[in-house]
Amino acid sequence: MTGSKNHVRFDWLIIFIYMALVSMGWVNIYSASLSDAAKGFFDFSQIYGKQMIWIGLSLILIIFVLAIESKFYERFASVIYIASLVSLLGLFVFGRTIAGTTAWYDFGGFSIQPSEFAKAATALALGKYVSDIQTDMKDLKNQVGAFIILALPVLLIIMQPDPGSVLVYAAFVFPLYREGLHGVYLLLGLFTIVIFVSTLAFGSIWVALGVLLIAGFIFFRRRKKRPNIIKYVLIAASCIALTFSVSYIFNNVFKQHHRDRFNIVLGKEVDSRGIGYNTHQSEIAISNGGWLGKGWTEGTQTKGNFVPEQHTDYIFSTVGEEWGFLGSMLVVLLFVGLIIRIIFKAEKQKTQFGRVYGYSVAAIIFIHFFVNIGMVTGVFPTVGIPLPFFSYGGSALWGFTILLFIFVKLDGANYHYT
Amino acid sequence: MRKIILIALVLFSGLLFSARLFYLQVYDSTSDSLYQNSAIKIMYDFPQRGYMFDRNGELLVSNQPSYDVMVIPRDVKELDTLEFCGLLKITKEDFKEILHKANVYSPRLPSVVLPQLNKADYASLSEKMYKYEGFYIQRRSLREYQVNHSANVMGYIAEVNNATIEKEPYYQMGELIGTAGVEKEYENVLRGRKGVKYIQKDRFNRDIGPYKDGVFDTLPVRGNDIQLTIDAALQKYGTDLMIHKRGGIVAIEPSTGEILALVSAPNYDPGLLVGRDRSKNFTKLWYDTISKPLYDRGLMGEYPPGSPFKTLTGLIALQDQVVGVDETINCPGGYYYNGRRLMKCHGAHGPTAMVHGIAQSCNTYFAALYRRSIDKYPTVQEGTDHWKAHLASFGLGDFLGYDLPSGKRGFIPDSKFYNKFYNYPKYKWFSTATISNSIGQGEISLTPIQMANFTATIANRGWYYTPHIIKNIKGPDTIPEPFKVKHHTTVEPKYFDPVVEGMAAVYKEGTASYIRIPGIEICGKTGTAENFTRIDGKRVQLTDHSIFVAFAPKDNPKIAIAVFVENGYWGSRWAGRIAGLMIEKYLKGEITRTDMEKYVLDGSLEDEYAKPYSGQPFPINR
Repeated sequence: MTGSKNHVRFDWLIIFIYMALVSMGWVNIYSASLSDAAKGFFDFSQIYGKQMIWIGLSLILIIFVLAIESKFYERFASVIYIASLVSLLGLFVFGRTIAGTTAWYDFGGFSIQPSEFAKAATALALGKYVSDIQTDMKDLKNQVGAFIILALPVLLIIMQPDPGSVLVYAAFVFPLYREGLHGVYLLLGLFTIVIFVSTLAFGSIWVALGVLLIAGFIFFRRRKKRPNIIKYVLIAASCIALTFSVSYIFNNVFKQHHRDRFNIVLGKEVDSRGIGYNTHQSEIAISNGGWLGKGWTEGTQTKGNFVPEQHTDYIFSTVGEEWGFLGSMLVVLLFVGLIIRIIFKAEKQKTQFGRVYGYSVAAIIFIHFFVNIGMVTGVFPTVGIPLPFFSYGGSALWGFTILLFIFVKLDGANYHYT
Repeated sequence: MRKIILIALVLFSGLLFSARLFYLQVYDSTSDSLYQNSAIKIMYDFPQRGYMFDRNGELLVSNQPSYDVMVIPRDVKELDTLEFCGLLKITKEDFKEILHKANVYSPRLPSVVLPQLNKADYASLSEKMYKYEGFYIQRRSLREYQVNHSANVMGYIAEVNNATIEKEPYYQMGELIGTAGVEKEYENVLRGRKGVKYIQKDRFNRDIGPYKDGVFDTLPVRGNDIQLTIDAALQKYGTDLMIHKRGGIVAIEPSTGEILALVSAPNYDPGLLVGRDRSKNFTKLWYDTISKPLYDRGLMGEYPPGSPFKTLTGLIALQDQVVGVDETINCPGGYYYNGRRLMKCHGAHGPTAMVHGIAQSCNTYFAALYRRSIDKYPTVQEGTDHWKAHLASFGLGDFLGYDLPSGKRGFIPDSKFYNKFYNYPKYKWFSTATISNSIGQGEISLTPIQMANFTATIANRGWYYTPHIIKNIKGPDTIPEPFKVKHHTTVEPKYFDPVVEGMAAVYKEGTASYIRIPGIEICGKTGTAENFTRIDGKRVQLTDHSIFVAFAPKDNPKIAIAVFVENGYWGSRWAGRIAGLMIEKYLKGEITRTDMEKYVLDGSLEDEYAKPYSGQPFPINR
């Protein structure tokens, strides 16, 4: 590359998309949280006013993240990771409980959710571990090592409990797979999640029946190839064991507030008018949009607060109602563009650390995007996780900002090595 | 594979969401309308219906407030059904049925639970309505009749039916719509326009203010008042005269075509169809198939016109120049053809010309004229069709085009009809076969308003305006165009004078000489029409209909009238008297022939009407 030795070139496309998403997010939060009590755009007692502060502080955060030497992130990955674990642990002592979840540190006026930052920390730690010369992801020992790195924060978060955030850690399967992990883990991970979620959603009896039915069906289809029946029985049995143990843990080990939290995330608890109220309202709001939408702050469903959690997890329904098909498609395309850009850049990283980290960032954003919009548009069952850069919430915004801009920094420094 | 799987998944999810969004937002547009929107509540504000006045500005009908209990089924929460039914004074079963129907109609649009509460019920109920979510009281305006007559003219309003709602989206279940008479004809003028408020609701169904600050909201527009052409005093008098009789009176102002009176007997008090007893009363009227109070005989009754039709036979003969004004035809007591008497005459009138013929109502004279008119043309078919064309120019044989929603065409036969009737060309038919037409019997039938109209046409000497009931619509201040068009008949004005003279002679020397009204020169014509009914499948003759048409004064006529009294026997007996009284009432405002008035007011034909239902053979024409 030309330029001075100290010149760092940032990927302006990523930064541009980030800015676009954050500002569009604010515009929609404004509309979704607008109330009679609001006094102008800069009313900081309002939700949109607070979000404006978070966004402002994010910009300062970005400067910090970019200012720090890129080597720092690799060298201090373990330290950051451990600090993050400590912050998660500390919750059990100092944390504040909201709606059954102990996930926040309270600082007077505002609160911080350490699990939002743990994603970036874990991505750094995983990058560091995998990029170690001695690490080979085809080796079972190293697989266990990587698994432990992921399992520690997952365990701490599941104890809060915050099942939605736990789900996000499935994203790390993608960078590991990229680095040589056997494909079966991908399937295994998917399988576990499906069984886990559907057990809570439908009950273990139905899941067990479903497993038997599917296993039987596949066996029957392949009977001419003389399949190993023991293998089928074993897989089916372990699936059923998993569903019943999930069910057992959920009903007997968890306390009521834990269960509540799971139910909220799965949409069972806030579903005040029967199954699917949230999703139904969200679909109505989106349908109302038509081609061009009803216009900013003109959405009737949005104004009537028909969609629960509209400024947080369901913010996309406001986009759908007020900006229509074109507006929604713009947001979808921005996300797709952002994620693919990150993957593209990750592949170009000179260091394996940078690549693993980049992949982690792409995968984490992807899981959020996929699960969130899938839920809001009624394609998937309800799993409450925020839409990155878009949903209201300081911790989430900061977490994603740090996550993304560490990669922007690493990527920028990437040219530096040439 | 390892490099592309995540990219593939990202692209796949992008496509998946695009498709889903397209489906939700563009393809599936079921929830586009404001009416479908669960976040918008629609509230109506019903305007006052326009008043009706008579031609002199007397108020006929105004409004009174009424309160309907409404329900929006979707919003109904658990409630103490027993207590609520107790308040509404209905049974639990009825209540459930009503709720079910409302829900079938629409879960989100309002339906009526209980219509037309009175003020006392409203007061006791309104205090407790807050307890019953989804129910509310809708204020509407109901009719308040200032008169107890003219129900057939004014018509009534009723809850709009589903068929109408589908055709006219303006109306919603439970709303009122003009269903008969002027209320129906001038519905769009009278109803005004209801106001709509769109209210934004939140998810708890609470109002959080007007939708889009009310830009789509509209204020109710009050209905326009209208002035009718009828004279309330005359109408009332006619109604009184017709008590215990059946039939119709139609009075028209010849110079304008304005309907001065339109009486149908028996009638009913319009107030019966307002309030909570409405449906009970309506059922009673509806199922009275013997006296048919809802049936407007003035407009709907098709009767053989009888002798008044002779004036038209005379006019046609004069126009066709088949008879001179003073040309006499001998009446030997009937019309003879080839030595055979085709038609009887009441007495042998001797040599008879036009004036005398009308005055004495000579059958022989008019039978001869009719035959000459028909036989003027090479074939009987052509002759008959020409004859029909003349009559059509008087507005006969088809709807007149007046502004009331009910009516009949009447019937004037043409050659096609007789060809079929006599199986032409297998069998031939001649003017002798249809000769009863000459005296208004035979196949001809007219409605009383058609008779009044041709009388007005004679009064005008050859033209008429389409009869109408609307005098003035306040606001637009105009009447519909069709009523400003002068219709000329095919008979030239000069031929009318001898006929008018004849009608004047009816009072001077003829069939109505004993019912003269002092001080008014009336031109009239009596009629006595044979009629038949079927009892147990057998054709039975009933007492003749009493018919009379008249206009007055002879010069510059102010009123033309047709009176029809079913089974009243000869023309001057009932119809003639009633016509004279009506004319005197209208022109003088008071009655000098109190003897005649007493006769009519005290007279009753109820015994006559009971005869066919007695199951016994009965005498007629007594």
